[in-house]
Amino acid sequence: MIWLDTLLQGLMLGGLYALFAAGLSLVFGIMRLVNLAHGDLIVLGAYLILGLGSALGLHPFLAAVLALPLMFGLGWLLQTALLNRVLGEDILPPLLVTFGLSVVIQNALLMGFSADSRKLPVGPIEAQALPLGPVTVGVMPLITFASAILVIWGLNQLFYRTALGRAFRATSDDPVTAQLMGIRPRSIFAIATGIALVVAAIAALYLGARANFDPATGPARLLYAFEAVIIGGLGSLWGTLAGGLVIGVAQALGAALNPEWQILAGHLAFVAVLLLRPRGLFPRAHD
Amino acid sequence: MAILSLQGVSKSFGALRVTDDVSFALEPGEALGIIGPNGAGKSTLFNLITGNLRPDQGRVMLDGRDITDETPMQRCASGIGRSFQIPQPFGNLSVYENLLVAARFGGGLAATEAPAHCMDILRRTGLARHADRKAGGLPLLDRKRLELARAMATRPRVILLDEIAGGLTDAECVELVATIRAIHAEGTAIIWIEHVLHALTSVVSRLMVLNFGRMLMIGAPDAVMAAPEVREIYLGIEA
Repeated sequence: MIWLDTLLQGLMLGGLYALFAAGLSLVFGIMRLVNLAHGDLIVLGAYLILGLGSALGLHPFLAAVLALPLMFGLGWLLQTALLNRVLGEDILPPLLVTFGLSVVIQNALLMGFSADSRKLPVGPIEAQALPLGPVTVGVMPLITFASAILVIWGLNQLFYRTALGRAFRATSDDPVTAQLMGIRPRSIFAIATGIALVVAAIAALYLGARANFDPATGPARLLYAFEAVIIGGLGSLWGTLAGGLVIGVAQALGAALNPEWQILAGHLAFVAVLLLRPRGLFPRAHD
Repeated sequence: MAILSLQGVSKSFGALRVTDDVSFALEPGEALGIIGPNGAGKSTLFNLITGNLRPDQGRVMLDGRDITDETPMQRCASGIGRSFQIPQPFGNLSVYENLLVAARFGGGLAATEAPAHCMDILRRTGLARHADRKAGGLPLLDRKRLELARAMATRPRVILLDEIAGGLTDAECVELVATIRAIHAEGTAIIWIEHVLHALTSVVSRLMVLNFGRMLMIGAPDAVMAAPEVREIYLGIEA
Protein backbone atom coordinates (compact mmCIF):
# COMPACT_ATOMS: atom_id res chain seq x y z
CA MET A 1 0.00 0.00 0.00
CA ILE A 2 2.96 2.28 0.62
CA TRP A 3 3.84 2.04 -3.08
CA LEU A 4 0.36 2.99 -4.20
CA ASP A 5 0.52 5.97 -1.88
CA THR A 6 3.94 6.93 -3.27
CA LEU A 7 2.67 6.64 -6.82
CA LEU A 8 -0.28 8.89 -6.00
CA GLN A 9 1.91 11.49 -4.29
CA GLY A 10 4.17 11.39 -7.33
CA LEU A 11 1.28 11.99 -9.71
CA MET A 12 0.07 14.93 -7.63
CA LEU A 13 3.57 16.42 -7.60
CA GLY A 14 3.79 15.76 -11.33
CA GLY A 15 0.69 17.90 -11.83
CA LEU A 16 2.57 20.83 -10.31
CA TYR A 17 5.55 20.19 -12.59
CA ALA A 18 3.22 20.04 -15.58
CA LEU A 19 1.90 23.46 -14.59
CA PHE A 20 5.49 24.76 -14.40
CA ALA A 21 6.11 23.30 -17.84
CA ALA A 22 2.90 24.20 -19.71
CA GLY A 23 3.84 27.83 -20.30
CA LEU A 24 7.35 26.88 -21.34
CA SER A 25 5.97 24.26 -23.72
CA LEU A 26 3.52 26.74 -25.24
CA VAL A 27 6.17 29.34 -25.95
CA PHE A 28 8.69 26.80 -27.21
CA GLY A 29 6.09 25.13 -29.41
CA ILE A 30 5.03 28.35 -31.08
CA MET A 31 8.20 30.37 -31.44
CA ARG A 32 11.09 27.98 -30.71
CA LEU A 33 12.07 30.22 -27.82
CA VAL A 34 13.46 28.61 -24.69
CA ASN A 35 12.59 31.11 -22.00
CA LEU A 36 15.31 30.66 -19.38
CA ALA A 37 13.49 33.14 -17.14
CA HIS A 38 10.34 30.99 -17.01
CA GLY A 39 11.06 29.67 -13.50
CA ASP A 40 11.77 33.18 -12.23
CA LEU A 41 8.58 34.46 -13.83
CA ILE A 42 6.68 31.79 -11.87
CA VAL A 43 8.36 32.97 -8.66
CA LEU A 44 7.59 36.57 -9.64
CA GLY A 45 3.97 35.45 -10.01
CA ALA A 46 4.06 33.96 -6.51
CA TYR A 47 5.32 37.27 -5.07
CA LEU A 48 2.65 39.12 -7.05
CA ILE A 49 -0.06 36.91 -5.52
CA LEU A 50 1.50 37.36 -2.08
CA GLY A 51 1.67 41.14 -2.53
CA LEU A 52 -1.87 41.49 -3.88
CA GLY A 53 -3.16 39.25 -1.12
CA SER A 54 -1.57 41.19 1.73
CA ALA A 55 -2.23 44.63 0.21
CA LEU A 56 -5.91 44.00 -0.44
CA GLY A 57 -6.49 41.50 2.34
CA LEU A 58 -7.48 38.76 -0.08
CA HIS A 59 -7.18 34.99 0.11
CA PRO A 60 -4.37 33.77 -2.21
CA PHE A 61 -6.94 32.11 -4.51
CA LEU A 62 -8.67 35.46 -5.08
CA ALA A 63 -5.37 37.30 -5.34
CA ALA A 64 -4.33 34.78 -8.02
CA VAL A 65 -7.44 35.60 -10.04
CA LEU A 66 -6.40 39.26 -9.94
CA ALA A 67 -2.85 38.31 -10.89
CA LEU A 68 -3.93 36.48 -14.06
CA PRO A 69 -4.68 39.55 -16.23
CA LEU A 70 -1.63 41.36 -14.80
CA MET A 71 0.61 38.44 -15.77
CA PHE A 72 -0.98 38.34 -19.23
CA GLY A 73 -0.14 42.03 -19.64
CA LEU A 74 3.40 41.45 -18.41
CA GLY A 75 3.87 38.61 -20.90
CA TRP A 76 2.47 40.65 -23.76
CA LEU A 77 4.75 43.56 -22.86
CA LEU A 78 7.78 41.32 -22.39
CA GLN A 79 7.32 39.78 -25.83
CA THR A 80 6.53 43.05 -27.61
CA ALA A 81 9.21 45.20 -26.01
CA LEU A 82 12.01 42.67 -25.65
CA LEU A 83 11.74 39.13 -26.98
CA ASN A 84 10.34 39.95 -30.43
CA ARG A 85 13.47 42.02 -31.00
CA VAL A 86 15.84 39.13 -30.43
CA LEU A 87 13.95 36.29 -32.15
CA GLY A 88 15.51 35.25 -35.44
CA GLU A 89 17.49 32.61 -37.26
CA ASP A 90 20.10 32.55 -34.50
CA ILE A 91 18.86 30.81 -31.32
CA LEU A 92 21.62 32.28 -29.13
CA PRO A 93 20.37 35.89 -28.63
CA PRO A 94 17.00 34.87 -27.07
CA LEU A 95 18.83 32.42 -24.77
CA LEU A 96 21.23 35.13 -23.60
CA VAL A 97 18.48 37.70 -23.17
CA THR A 98 16.19 35.40 -21.18
CA PHE A 99 19.16 34.29 -19.07
CA GLY A 100 19.85 37.95 -18.34
CA LEU A 101 16.18 38.47 -17.57
CA SER A 102 16.36 35.58 -15.10
CA VAL A 103 19.22 37.29 -13.25
CA VAL A 104 17.41 40.64 -13.30
CA ILE A 105 14.18 39.19 -11.91
CA GLN A 106 16.00 37.30 -9.14
CA ASN A 107 17.88 40.39 -8.04
CA ALA A 108 14.86 42.65 -8.28
CA LEU A 109 12.90 40.23 -6.09
CA LEU A 110 15.83 40.10 -3.68
CA MET A 111 15.75 43.90 -3.39
CA GLY A 112 12.00 44.09 -3.09
CA PHE A 113 11.26 41.13 -0.82
CA SER A 114 14.64 40.17 0.77
CA ALA A 115 16.02 36.64 0.73
CA ASP A 116 13.59 35.39 3.38
CA SER A 117 11.54 32.47 2.22
CA ARG A 118 7.79 33.04 2.00
CA LYS A 119 4.66 30.98 1.64
CA LEU A 120 1.16 31.73 0.42
CA PRO A 121 -1.24 31.50 3.38
CA VAL A 122 -4.02 29.32 1.98
CA GLY A 123 -5.36 28.48 5.44
CA PRO A 124 -6.86 25.25 6.81
CA ILE A 125 -7.38 23.69 3.35
CA GLU A 126 -3.64 23.04 3.39
CA ALA A 127 -4.01 20.37 6.06
CA GLN A 128 -7.18 18.76 4.73
CA ALA A 129 -7.10 15.34 3.13
CA LEU A 130 -9.52 13.00 1.40
CA PRO A 131 -9.55 9.25 1.95
CA LEU A 132 -9.44 7.54 -1.45
CA GLY A 133 -9.98 3.86 -0.75
CA PRO A 134 -6.82 2.51 0.82
CA VAL A 135 -4.87 5.77 0.52
CA THR A 136 -5.29 9.37 1.54
CA VAL A 137 -4.62 12.36 -0.64
CA GLY A 138 -4.27 15.99 0.34
CA VAL A 139 -6.91 18.40 -0.90
CA MET A 140 -4.39 20.99 -2.15
CA PRO A 141 -2.33 18.44 -4.16
CA LEU A 142 -5.61 17.17 -5.61
CA ILE A 143 -6.69 20.67 -6.64
CA THR A 144 -3.22 21.24 -8.11
CA PHE A 145 -3.46 18.05 -10.13
CA ALA A 146 -6.97 18.84 -11.34
CA SER A 147 -5.84 22.35 -12.29
CA ALA A 148 -2.96 20.93 -14.31
CA ILE A 149 -5.31 18.71 -16.29
CA LEU A 150 -7.76 21.57 -16.74
CA VAL A 151 -5.02 23.94 -17.92
CA ILE A 152 -3.60 21.44 -20.41
CA TRP A 153 -7.11 20.59 -21.64
CA GLY A 154 -7.94 24.29 -21.96
CA LEU A 155 -4.77 25.03 -23.89
CA ASN A 156 -5.53 22.12 -26.18
CA GLN A 157 -9.04 23.43 -26.83
CA LEU A 158 -7.50 26.81 -27.60
CA PHE A 159 -4.95 25.23 -29.93
CA TYR A 160 -7.25 22.92 -31.83
CA ARG A 161 -10.66 24.60 -31.69
CA THR A 162 -10.09 28.32 -32.20
CA ALA A 163 -8.88 30.62 -34.97
CA LEU A 164 -6.19 31.93 -32.62
CA GLY A 165 -5.01 28.38 -31.98
CA ARG A 166 -4.78 27.62 -35.68
CA ALA A 167 -2.76 30.81 -36.10
CA PHE A 168 -0.49 29.58 -33.28
CA ARG A 169 0.03 26.27 -35.03
CA ALA A 170 0.43 27.80 -38.50
CA THR A 171 3.03 30.25 -37.18
CA SER A 172 4.77 27.41 -35.40
CA ASP A 173 4.97 25.42 -38.65
CA ASP A 174 6.18 28.27 -40.84
CA PRO A 175 6.21 31.93 -39.74
CA VAL A 176 7.19 33.24 -43.20
CA THR A 177 4.30 31.54 -44.98
CA ALA A 178 1.97 32.52 -42.13
CA GLN A 179 2.64 36.16 -42.97
CA LEU A 180 1.46 35.54 -46.52
CA MET A 181 -1.78 34.21 -45.01
CA GLY A 182 -2.27 37.54 -43.26
CA ILE A 183 -1.00 36.46 -39.83
CA ARG A 184 1.24 38.85 -37.88
CA PRO A 185 3.69 36.49 -36.11
CA ARG A 186 4.76 39.20 -33.65
CA SER A 187 1.22 39.76 -32.39
CA ILE A 188 0.72 36.01 -32.22
CA PHE A 189 3.93 35.65 -30.19
CA ALA A 190 2.87 38.45 -27.81
CA ILE A 191 -0.47 36.77 -27.11
CA ALA A 192 1.28 33.40 -26.67
CA THR A 193 3.70 34.76 -24.07
CA GLY A 194 0.79 36.49 -22.34
CA ILE A 195 -1.03 33.15 -22.08
CA ALA A 196 2.18 31.42 -20.95
CA LEU A 197 2.47 33.86 -18.04
CA VAL A 198 -1.19 33.36 -17.15
CA VAL A 199 -0.36 29.67 -16.79
CA ALA A 200 2.78 30.65 -14.87
CA ALA A 201 0.58 32.59 -12.42
CA ILE A 202 -1.59 29.50 -11.88
CA ALA A 203 1.59 27.46 -11.29
CA ALA A 204 2.80 30.18 -8.92
CA LEU A 205 -0.32 29.85 -6.76
CA TYR A 206 0.22 26.14 -6.22
CA LEU A 207 3.99 26.50 -5.87
CA GLY A 208 3.53 29.09 -3.12
CA ALA A 209 0.76 27.12 -1.43
CA ARG A 210 2.75 23.90 -1.39
CA ALA A 211 6.19 24.99 -0.28
CA ASN A 212 8.35 27.93 0.69
CA PHE A 213 9.74 30.08 -2.05
CA ASP A 214 12.41 32.77 -2.17
CA PRO A 215 13.90 34.88 -4.99
CA ALA A 216 16.34 32.08 -5.92
CA THR A 217 13.68 29.35 -6.29
CA GLY A 218 13.15 29.92 -10.02
CA PRO A 219 16.02 28.12 -11.78
CA ALA A 220 15.23 24.70 -10.23
CA ARG A 221 11.56 25.07 -11.32
CA LEU A 222 12.81 25.89 -14.81
CA LEU A 223 14.87 22.71 -14.84
CA TYR A 224 11.90 20.48 -13.91
CA ALA A 225 9.73 22.31 -16.41
CA PHE A 226 12.28 21.93 -19.16
CA GLU A 227 12.68 18.22 -18.47
CA ALA A 228 8.92 17.75 -18.54
CA VAL A 229 8.69 19.47 -21.95
CA ILE A 230 11.51 17.36 -23.40
CA ILE A 231 10.15 14.09 -22.00
CA GLY A 232 6.71 14.83 -23.43
CA GLY A 233 8.00 15.75 -26.87
CA LEU A 234 8.46 19.30 -28.07
CA GLY A 235 5.21 20.97 -29.07
CA SER A 236 2.84 18.44 -27.47
CA LEU A 237 0.83 19.80 -24.53
CA TRP A 238 -0.53 16.43 -23.38
CA GLY A 239 3.06 15.21 -23.72
CA THR A 240 4.12 17.98 -21.34
CA LEU A 241 1.56 16.78 -18.81
CA ALA A 242 2.89 13.24 -19.20
CA GLY A 243 6.43 14.57 -18.81
CA GLY A 244 5.52 16.34 -15.58
CA LEU A 245 3.93 13.17 -14.24
CA VAL A 246 6.98 11.07 -15.16
CA ILE A 247 9.27 13.40 -13.21
CA GLY A 248 6.84 13.65 -10.29
CA VAL A 249 6.46 9.88 -9.99
CA ALA A 250 10.20 9.29 -10.40
CA GLN A 251 10.93 11.82 -7.64
CA ALA A 252 8.37 10.28 -5.31
CA LEU A 253 9.72 6.78 -5.92
CA GLY A 254 13.29 8.00 -5.42
CA ALA A 255 12.31 9.70 -2.18
CA ALA A 256 10.57 6.55 -0.97
CA LEU A 257 13.77 4.58 -1.44
CA ASN A 258 15.94 7.22 0.18
CA PRO A 259 14.97 10.85 0.85
CA GLU A 260 18.28 12.00 -0.63
CA TRP A 261 17.42 10.43 -3.97
CA GLN A 262 14.30 12.44 -4.75
CA ILE A 263 15.81 15.06 -7.10
CA LEU A 264 18.33 12.64 -8.59
CA ALA A 265 15.61 10.11 -9.44
CA GLY A 266 13.72 12.77 -11.42
CA HIS A 267 16.81 13.64 -13.44
CA LEU A 268 17.58 9.96 -14.02
CA ALA A 269 14.09 9.42 -15.40
CA PHE A 270 14.72 12.33 -17.75
CA VAL A 271 18.00 10.83 -18.97
CA ALA A 272 16.35 7.42 -19.38
CA VAL A 273 13.58 8.82 -21.57
CA LEU A 274 16.11 10.76 -23.65
CA LEU A 275 18.11 7.57 -24.25
CA LEU A 276 15.08 5.48 -25.20
CA ARG A 277 12.98 8.12 -27.00
CA PRO A 278 15.23 11.01 -28.03
CA ARG A 279 12.30 12.97 -29.51
CA GLY A 280 10.18 12.50 -26.39
CA LEU A 281 7.07 10.43 -25.74
CA PHE A 282 4.74 12.33 -28.09
CA PRO A 283 6.78 14.03 -30.81
CA ARG A 284 5.18 16.25 -33.46
CA ALA A 285 4.32 14.57 -36.75
CA HIS A 286 6.06 17.06 -39.05
CA ASP A 287 8.99 19.28 -38.17
CA MET B 1 -6.49 51.36 -64.01
CA ALA B 2 -3.97 48.61 -63.52
CA ILE B 3 -4.62 46.42 -60.47
CA LEU B 4 -0.92 45.76 -59.89
CA SER B 5 2.06 47.57 -61.33
CA LEU B 6 5.81 47.56 -60.86
CA GLN B 7 7.75 50.72 -61.64
CA GLY B 8 11.47 50.42 -62.24
CA VAL B 9 11.93 47.73 -59.58
CA SER B 10 15.49 46.55 -58.91
CA LYS B 11 16.96 44.18 -56.34
CA SER B 12 20.54 43.04 -55.77
CA PHE B 13 21.99 40.33 -53.56
CA GLY B 14 25.52 41.62 -53.04
CA ALA B 15 27.01 42.21 -56.50
CA LEU B 16 24.36 40.08 -58.20
CA ARG B 17 21.50 42.05 -59.69
CA VAL B 18 18.59 39.58 -59.56
CA THR B 19 15.90 42.06 -60.59
CA ASP B 20 16.95 44.84 -62.91
CA ASP B 21 14.63 47.77 -63.62
CA VAL B 22 11.45 45.75 -64.15
CA SER B 23 8.27 47.66 -64.99
CA PHE B 24 4.92 46.28 -66.02
CA ALA B 25 1.23 46.75 -65.32
CA LEU B 26 -1.35 44.02 -64.76
CA GLU B 27 -4.94 44.85 -65.72
CA PRO B 28 -7.81 43.67 -63.49
CA GLY B 29 -8.70 40.09 -64.38
CA GLU B 30 -5.69 39.67 -66.67
CA ALA B 31 -3.57 36.52 -66.77
CA LEU B 32 0.14 37.17 -67.28
CA GLY B 33 2.72 34.41 -67.75
CA ILE B 34 6.37 34.74 -66.80
CA ILE B 35 9.05 32.54 -68.33
CA GLY B 36 12.80 32.59 -68.24
CA PRO B 37 15.80 30.35 -67.55
CA ASN B 38 16.60 29.18 -64.03
CA GLY B 39 18.13 32.01 -62.03
CA ALA B 40 16.47 34.69 -64.18
CA GLY B 41 14.92 36.21 -61.06
CA LYS B 42 11.35 34.96 -61.46
CA SER B 43 10.73 33.88 -57.87
CA THR B 44 12.55 36.99 -56.60
CA LEU B 45 10.06 39.07 -58.56
CA PHE B 46 7.25 37.31 -56.67
CA ASN B 47 8.98 37.94 -53.35
CA LEU B 48 9.16 41.64 -54.24
CA ILE B 49 5.43 41.68 -55.03
CA THR B 50 4.39 39.84 -51.85
CA GLY B 51 6.70 41.93 -49.67
CA ASN B 52 9.00 39.11 -48.54
CA LEU B 53 11.76 41.17 -50.15
CA ARG B 54 12.07 44.94 -50.34
CA PRO B 55 13.26 46.43 -53.64
CA ASP B 56 16.45 48.51 -53.65
CA GLN B 57 14.82 50.83 -56.16
CA GLY B 58 11.41 51.28 -57.73
CA ARG B 59 7.84 51.09 -56.47
CA VAL B 60 5.17 48.39 -56.24
CA MET B 61 1.60 49.68 -56.70
CA LEU B 62 -1.73 47.99 -55.97
CA ASP B 63 -4.85 49.75 -57.27
CA GLY B 64 -2.65 52.79 -57.90
CA ARG B 65 -1.62 52.85 -54.24
CA ASP B 66 2.06 52.57 -53.30
CA ILE B 67 2.50 49.36 -51.26
CA THR B 68 6.31 49.23 -51.42
CA ASP B 69 6.60 49.82 -47.67
CA GLU B 70 3.80 47.45 -46.66
CA THR B 71 4.40 44.13 -44.91
CA PRO B 72 3.44 40.75 -46.43
CA MET B 73 0.48 40.62 -43.98
CA GLN B 74 -0.88 43.95 -45.19
CA ARG B 75 -0.44 43.01 -48.84
CA CYS B 76 -2.20 39.71 -48.26
CA ALA B 77 -5.11 41.54 -46.66
CA SER B 78 -5.18 43.95 -49.63
CA GLY B 79 -5.65 41.04 -52.03
CA ILE B 80 -2.35 39.52 -53.09
CA GLY B 81 -2.28 35.72 -52.79
CA ARG B 82 0.65 33.43 -53.51
CA SER B 83 1.50 29.79 -54.07
CA PHE B 84 5.05 28.56 -53.62
CA GLN B 85 7.18 26.65 -56.11
CA ILE B 86 8.15 24.24 -53.36
CA PRO B 87 4.89 23.64 -51.47
CA GLN B 88 4.99 25.12 -47.97
CA PRO B 89 1.92 23.70 -46.24
CA PHE B 90 1.46 24.07 -42.49
CA GLY B 91 2.39 20.41 -42.04
CA ASN B 92 0.89 19.86 -38.60
CA LEU B 93 -2.45 21.39 -39.57
CA SER B 94 -5.10 19.51 -41.50
CA VAL B 95 -5.74 20.48 -45.12
CA TYR B 96 -8.99 22.13 -44.08
CA GLU B 97 -7.27 24.04 -41.27
CA ASN B 98 -4.62 25.29 -43.70
CA LEU B 99 -7.41 26.96 -45.66
CA LEU B 100 -9.23 28.13 -42.56
CA VAL B 101 -6.16 30.01 -41.33
CA ALA B 102 -5.81 31.66 -44.73
CA ALA B 103 -9.52 32.55 -44.91
CA ARG B 104 -9.81 33.96 -41.39
CA PHE B 105 -6.59 35.97 -41.25
CA GLY B 106 -5.76 36.72 -44.87
CA GLY B 107 -9.28 36.70 -46.28
CA GLY B 108 -10.74 38.57 -43.33
CA LEU B 109 -13.72 36.22 -43.16
CA ALA B 110 -15.74 35.83 -39.96
CA ALA B 111 -15.88 32.51 -38.10
CA THR B 112 -19.35 31.92 -39.53
CA GLU B 113 -18.40 32.55 -43.17
CA ALA B 114 -14.99 30.91 -43.39
CA PRO B 115 -15.99 27.19 -43.23
CA ALA B 116 -18.33 27.35 -46.24
CA HIS B 117 -15.77 29.37 -48.22
CA CYS B 118 -13.06 26.80 -47.44
CA MET B 119 -15.22 23.76 -48.20
CA ASP B 120 -16.14 25.31 -51.55
CA ILE B 121 -12.47 25.78 -52.45
CA LEU B 122 -11.63 22.25 -51.27
CA ARG B 123 -14.25 20.86 -53.64
CA ARG B 124 -13.11 22.99 -56.55
CA THR B 125 -9.48 22.00 -56.11
CA GLY B 126 -10.28 18.32 -55.67
CA LEU B 127 -9.04 18.26 -52.06
CA ALA B 128 -12.36 17.63 -50.31
CA ARG B 129 -11.58 13.98 -49.60
CA HIS B 130 -8.32 14.98 -47.90
CA ALA B 131 -9.89 17.75 -45.79
CA ASP B 132 -9.05 16.18 -42.42
CA ARG B 133 -5.67 14.80 -43.40
CA LYS B 134 -2.51 16.40 -42.03
CA ALA B 135 -1.06 18.56 -44.79
CA GLY B 136 2.49 17.35 -44.11
CA GLY B 137 1.61 13.86 -45.34
CA LEU B 138 0.13 14.79 -48.73
CA PRO B 139 1.63 13.56 -52.03
CA LEU B 140 3.04 16.11 -54.49
CA LEU B 141 -0.04 16.78 -56.63
CA ASP B 142 -2.20 17.37 -53.57
CA ARG B 143 0.46 19.62 -52.06
CA LYS B 144 0.40 21.69 -55.23
CA ARG B 145 -3.38 21.79 -55.10
CA LEU B 146 -3.18 22.87 -51.48
CA GLU B 147 -0.83 25.71 -52.42
CA LEU B 148 -3.41 26.91 -54.91
CA ALA B 149 -6.34 26.30 -52.57
CA ARG B 150 -4.72 28.13 -49.67
CA ALA B 151 -3.87 31.11 -51.87
CA MET B 152 -7.49 31.13 -53.06
CA ALA B 153 -8.75 31.03 -49.48
CA THR B 154 -7.18 34.43 -48.77
CA ARG B 155 -9.67 35.79 -51.36
CA PRO B 156 -7.03 37.41 -53.56
CA ARG B 157 -7.69 39.77 -56.43
CA VAL B 158 -4.23 38.97 -57.77
CA ILE B 159 -2.92 35.45 -57.37
CA LEU B 160 0.75 34.61 -57.92
CA LEU B 161 1.43 31.03 -59.02
CA ASP B 162 5.03 29.82 -58.86
CA GLU B 163 5.72 26.78 -61.07
CA ILE B 164 2.60 25.08 -59.88
CA ALA B 165 2.53 22.63 -62.81
CA GLY B 166 6.16 21.54 -62.48
CA GLY B 167 6.69 17.88 -61.64
CA LEU B 168 3.14 16.79 -62.46
CA THR B 169 2.06 14.17 -64.99
CA ASP B 170 0.20 15.36 -68.10
CA ALA B 171 -3.18 14.24 -66.75
CA GLU B 172 -2.56 15.97 -63.42
CA CYS B 173 -1.44 19.08 -65.26
CA VAL B 174 -4.65 19.21 -67.33
CA GLU B 175 -6.70 18.99 -64.16
CA LEU B 176 -4.75 21.80 -62.49
CA VAL B 177 -5.00 24.03 -65.57
CA ALA B 178 -8.78 23.57 -65.57
CA THR B 179 -8.92 24.79 -61.96
CA ILE B 180 -6.72 27.79 -62.75
CA ARG B 181 -8.87 28.67 -65.77
CA ALA B 182 -11.94 28.58 -63.54
CA ILE B 183 -10.32 30.96 -61.04
CA HIS B 184 -9.38 33.25 -63.91
CA ALA B 185 -12.89 33.09 -65.31
CA GLU B 186 -14.20 34.49 -62.03
CA GLY B 187 -12.20 37.64 -62.58
CA THR B 188 -9.12 36.97 -60.43
CA ALA B 189 -5.98 38.40 -61.98
CA ILE B 190 -3.14 35.88 -62.30
CA ILE B 191 0.62 36.08 -62.63
CA TRP B 192 1.99 32.64 -63.36
CA ILE B 193 5.64 31.58 -63.48
CA GLU B 194 5.91 28.29 -65.36
CA HIS B 195 8.31 26.12 -67.32
CA VAL B 196 5.49 23.95 -68.67
CA LEU B 197 4.74 26.26 -71.59
CA HIS B 198 1.68 24.53 -73.04
CA ALA B 199 -0.03 24.77 -69.64
CA LEU B 200 0.90 28.42 -69.36
CA THR B 201 -0.14 29.50 -72.85
CA SER B 202 -3.52 27.79 -72.49
CA VAL B 203 -4.39 30.32 -69.76
CA VAL B 204 -2.41 33.54 -70.15
CA SER B 205 -3.07 36.32 -72.64
CA ARG B 206 0.34 37.96 -72.19
CA LEU B 207 3.78 36.53 -71.67
CA MET B 208 6.84 38.13 -70.08
CA VAL B 209 10.36 36.81 -70.57
CA LEU B 210 12.91 37.43 -67.82
CA ASN B 211 16.62 36.90 -68.35
CA PHE B 212 19.38 37.86 -65.87
CA GLY B 213 16.78 39.85 -63.93
CA ARG B 214 15.85 42.01 -66.89
CA MET B 215 12.54 42.02 -68.73
CA LEU B 216 13.55 40.84 -72.19
CA MET B 217 10.10 41.02 -73.73
CA ILE B 218 6.42 41.26 -72.89
CA GLY B 219 3.50 40.75 -75.25
CA ALA B 220 1.15 38.25 -76.87
CA PRO B 221 2.39 34.68 -76.26
CA ASP B 222 2.71 33.77 -79.96
CA ALA B 223 4.66 36.90 -80.79
CA VAL B 224 6.94 36.48 -77.78
CA MET B 225 7.68 32.81 -78.48
CA ALA B 226 8.41 33.63 -82.15
CA ALA B 227 10.92 36.37 -81.31
CA PRO B 228 14.51 35.41 -82.21
CA GLU B 229 16.03 36.54 -78.89
CA VAL B 230 13.53 34.40 -76.98
CA ARG B 231 14.16 31.40 -79.23
CA GLU B 232 17.84 31.84 -78.53
CA ILE B 233 17.31 31.50 -74.76
CA TYR B 234 14.88 28.65 -75.22
CA LEU B 235 16.91 26.85 -77.89
CA GLY B 236 16.13 23.19 -77.70
CA ILE B 237 13.09 23.74 -75.50
CA GLU B 238 10.00 23.12 -77.56
CA ALA B 239 6.65 24.54 -76.56
